[in-house]
Amino acid sequence: MALQSLDIKARSATTTASPSVRQTTQVAKLIDISKCIGCKACEAACMEWNDLRDVIGVNNGEFDSPRGLSDQSWTVMRFYEEEPNGNFEWLIRKDGCLHCADPGCLAACPAPGAIVQYANGIVDFREENCIGCGYCIAGCPFDIPRISKKDSKAYKCTLCSDRVAVGLEPACIKACPTGALMFGSKEDMVDHADERVADLNDRGFENAGLYDPAGVGGTHVMYVLQHADRPQLYGLPIDPNISPLVSLWKGVTKPIAMLILGLTAFGSFFHYIRVGPNEIDEIDEPEDENEAAS
Amino acid sequence: MASLAPTFGRGAMTNHWVDIKNSDLVLIMGGNAAEAHPCGFKWVTEAKAHNKARLIVVDPRFTRSAALADFYAPIRAGTDIAFLGGVINYLIATGNVHQEYVNAYTDATFIVRDDFYFRDGLFSGHDAASRSYDRSTWMYELGDDGYVRTDPTLQHPRCVFNMLRHHYSRYTPDLVSQITGTPEEDFLTVCKMLAETAAPDRTMTVMYALGWTQHSKGSQIIRCAAMVQLLLGNIGQSGGGMNALRGHSNIQGLTDLGLLSDLLPGYLTVPKETETDYDAYIDSRAFKPLRPNQMSYWQNYSKFFVSLMKAWFGDAATRENDWCFDWLPKLDRVHDVLQVFEDMHQGNLNGYICQGFNPLAAFPDKRKLGEALANLNYLVIIDPLETETSEFWKDYGDFNPADSKSIATEVFRLPSTCFAEEHGSLVNSGRWLQWHWKGAEPPGQAKGDAEIIAGIFLKLRELYRQEGGAFPEPILNLTWNHLIPDAPSAEELAREFNGKALVELADPADPGKVLRGAGQQLGGFGELRDDGTTACGCWLFCGAWTEEGNLMARRDNSDPSGLGNTPGWAFSWPANRRILYNRASADPDGQPWDPHRRVISWDGDSWRGIDVPDFSRTSAPSQGMGPFIMNPEGVARLFAVDKMAEGPFPEHYEPFESPLPANPMHPEQPASRNNPAARVFPSDLENMGDADAFPYVATTYRLTEHFHYWTKHVEINAILQPEQFVEIGASLAEEKSIAAGDRVRVSSKRGEIIAKAVVTKRLRALTVQGRTVHQIGLPIHWGFKGRAQPGYLTNTLTPFVGDANTNTPEFKAFLVNVEKA
Repeated sequence: MALQSLDIKARSATTTASPSVRQTTQVAKLIDISKCIGCKACEAACMEWNDLRDVIGVNNGEFDSPRGLSDQSWTVMRFYEEEPNGNFEWLIRKDGCLHCADPGCLAACPAPGAIVQYANGIVDFREENCIGCGYCIAGCPFDIPRISKKDSKAYKCTLCSDRVAVGLEPACIKACPTGALMFGSKEDMVDHADERVADLNDRGFENAGLYDPAGVGGTHVMYVLQHADRPQLYGLPIDPNISPLVSLWKGVTKPIAMLILGLTAFGSFFHYIRVGPNEIDEIDEPEDENEAAS
Repeated sequence: MASLAPTFGRGAMTNHWVDIKNSDLVLIMGGNAAEAHPCGFKWVTEAKAHNKARLIVVDPRFTRSAALADFYAPIRAGTDIAFLGGVINYLIATGNVHQEYVNAYTDATFIVRDDFYFRDGLFSGHDAASRSYDRSTWMYELGDDGYVRTDPTLQHPRCVFNMLRHHYSRYTPDLVSQITGTPEEDFLTVCKMLAETAAPDRTMTVMYALGWTQHSKGSQIIRCAAMVQLLLGNIGQSGGGMNALRGHSNIQGLTDLGLLSDLLPGYLTVPKETETDYDAYIDSRAFKPLRPNQMSYWQNYSKFFVSLMKAWFGDAATRENDWCFDWLPKLDRVHDVLQVFEDMHQGNLNGYICQGFNPLAAFPDKRKLGEALANLNYLVIIDPLETETSEFWKDYGDFNPADSKSIATEVFRLPSTCFAEEHGSLVNSGRWLQWHWKGAEPPGQAKGDAEIIAGIFLKLRELYRQEGGAFPEPILNLTWNHLIPDAPSAEELAREFNGKALVELADPADPGKVLRGAGQQLGGFGELRDDGTTACGCWLFCGAWTEEGNLMARRDNSDPSGLGNTPGWAFSWPANRRILYNRASADPDGQPWDPHRRVISWDGDSWRGIDVPDFSRTSAPSQGMGPFIMNPEGVARLFAVDKMAEGPFPEHYEPFESPLPANPMHPEQPASRNNPAARVFPSDLENMGDADAFPYVATTYRLTEHFHYWTKHVEINAILQPEQFVEIGASLAEEKSIAAGDRVRVSSKRGEIIAKAVVTKRLRALTVQGRTVHQIGLPIHWGFKGRAQPGYLTNTLTPFVGDANTNTPEFKAFLVNVEKA
């Protein structure tokens, strides 16, 4: 399986064509909620591999910790206490980027090359190109990207693109003790999910199914759900799609905005030529440092 | 361990982790494998995914294991015997017993002495004043030939099977539900699912851990489940078994090597104070068969014992001095941890070496423990971490209020390595001795435990040499042949516990042939002798490091049978057997009960299969040897004779702190409210609370995010579960106006803690004898040292009473009150 390719299929705010000579396998992570015990080994592995350390927080009256995604927590477990069929169930979902085939974040991003989609399906943030505008957050139907207060750049799960590029599975997959996390070609993962769904059907979960939502063109992180008819039980959107605002931005607004942006730059250039550089306000600066240090 | 050995003969997990994948049904009760053994739990997910296995979880809380269960039933903490007794009643009443197995492989047909009785919750021989039994009547009836009388037709009213039926007929589904709080239909659903495994081609595994051991009658809970497994014919089978999940690396190795106060290595036992005669000591342990043609393997006791003494004392151990038997300490009583801290508290113990142990956090009634430690002259801590125990004297505000000035204890902290910083072997739950290699250098001045102990020993020996002193012989004569005397290597120690020939050994089968040359490593415990010609530090481990080398380091995972039986992976005691009692996987004629899971079978002249036979290889089925070769009966015990402190059949007793005024099984008999054979110290009895002041049932437990009190020192684990919390059911929280995230005060008769409230539907209010019982969940992992948010030691709350057989503290069922802080 040619996971090694780092060919780029799509690049934010870029209109040049993508390389298309080499064909590579589409990859996918399968999260089988019916095998997940919520042990958080995946969270620990993510922190270890990516050198992330969230704050040592407090207990907020629940098992979830860290409480949500952040620039330091690219995956978290979310625990839901539900009674879908009158019987109590504790549904535990590993939250993180779903790596959409049609990524809203990439569509929304105005910074050239800050978000890329590899030919294998991984959607990756290139922080060196990020301008911190936060449009990716608005563009994401799953509320995944987070802007760091330290460097004002957006961060999220990379599906360990660095590991996958050299033929390794993502760190979370390696750490999962129960086989709830699987990684391979998207085709294989869909096949495996079919087996798991059949097993769940056999156990009385009539509506078990695969979460691979069509509204975002399918995803490269998929879930096996016991109640696929009710993804909202797991905190997942029923029919996720890219916000109309982003479509608008992509369709009509973006060329106009780009024009305005260009005109602004043009104006600024003449401002500089005529007036000279802007001076930094001395009172504002220490505040900025505090912000950066917090 | 104290329940499996009296039942099957050996105190260890019968099967192994990988074999769980072969189960048709997994019962997790008295444990929470997903939470506490996440890596082992993968074999449950394998069984579900590839063997269509069903998973049942019975637990006071809807746990992480329950999240993946096909069926969950709630239970009131501390009532497992009522539940399992009800299962026994159901199985017998509905005829769901694997009768051929039971008749052939258990003592069902054995006749019990007629002076044995059970009345008002007490067995014959009870002495209320000493809280103990004279167990002499708890025995089978012997014939003139010295063998037990049996009735193969099961007609005799005093045969074990009928006694068992009678004993558990009282555990009706209605009464079970009234005691346990488990809804009757839920209880019956579990019974029906279990009953299906009575079929010869269906097996159930039982997975349990501290949720069963940590009760005042924990050993009897486990025994009761073992009896269920025997009735269903699930012992010795692949995918079956009683699987005791050992959590703490290397707790299985600890018991195997005899680190408990009454044990010697390999489950040999320390002589009692009254046992001053060597021959009498051996005779009372070398059990003679109770039925014809039985192996009764403990008849070899003297070989194991003499070889141990030769390993310890070398040439100083001779036949003339009874192999230094007199040098062994003789027990006045069991010196378990509770007893030791009681002695310390009374001021009768003034020095304590605490190696890899954090008792202030890990044992019950923190206040008492702190007072006890303050009575010491010196305390030595050998640990990789700064433990709470090592700073018991230091004031940490409410978390550890201490008046340092008033405490004179001198504390020495000796930093040691942790497991990843040294070579060595670890024994896992499934009895595998697995060699591991150092992954990192220890930090700073940390030293390996063996090096630290060697340093202390060599200094002591020097002092004895220089100054003499009382009874110096055992210290002066201890074998100490290490290349670097103050740093014995793991390899040297491993070779020593395997054992070697001291002289050239002739082959008993062919005296002209040499079996082992002098100084060669032994190949297995069958080569051990009681004439002083072999030395062996732990007979059970013999075979782990032979002339072939270190078999614990083997990593061949080939699995020809597909049943996960990998004989080339590491070394499994005893004799590399993977499934204990595997003779019972075949029917009395020697053919597998289920051809799809053939472990061993009789091929006409010997036993062969995918595992090392736990049996005499050449004993034909017609000879009638039983599969439980350690037991003198040759079969497993439904009737435990005199092996258990509180009786041959498990009986339900309430926890020492119970929400009920009486034991519903015996409402008129106060003496049988709690375990009548459990040892309780008088001052602790006064420290038991009642339901008026402390109306809620509490249970303590562990979380996946942490390991005991260690990982709160680790940043990542602290991030994943940063702050102490308690779990409160939604209905009680509503009653008390407690919201998720509120700070609550949890108090018992022994103290109080303050923590965040996790309000959850996973803890349901139960109806017990018409009253509502709420249960409170108390995870244990926080303390006043480490990276996580500082917290209270949860064992501030727990009662200082233990199991009647093992003295394991009753952490799992006691009483508390809860209020908003």
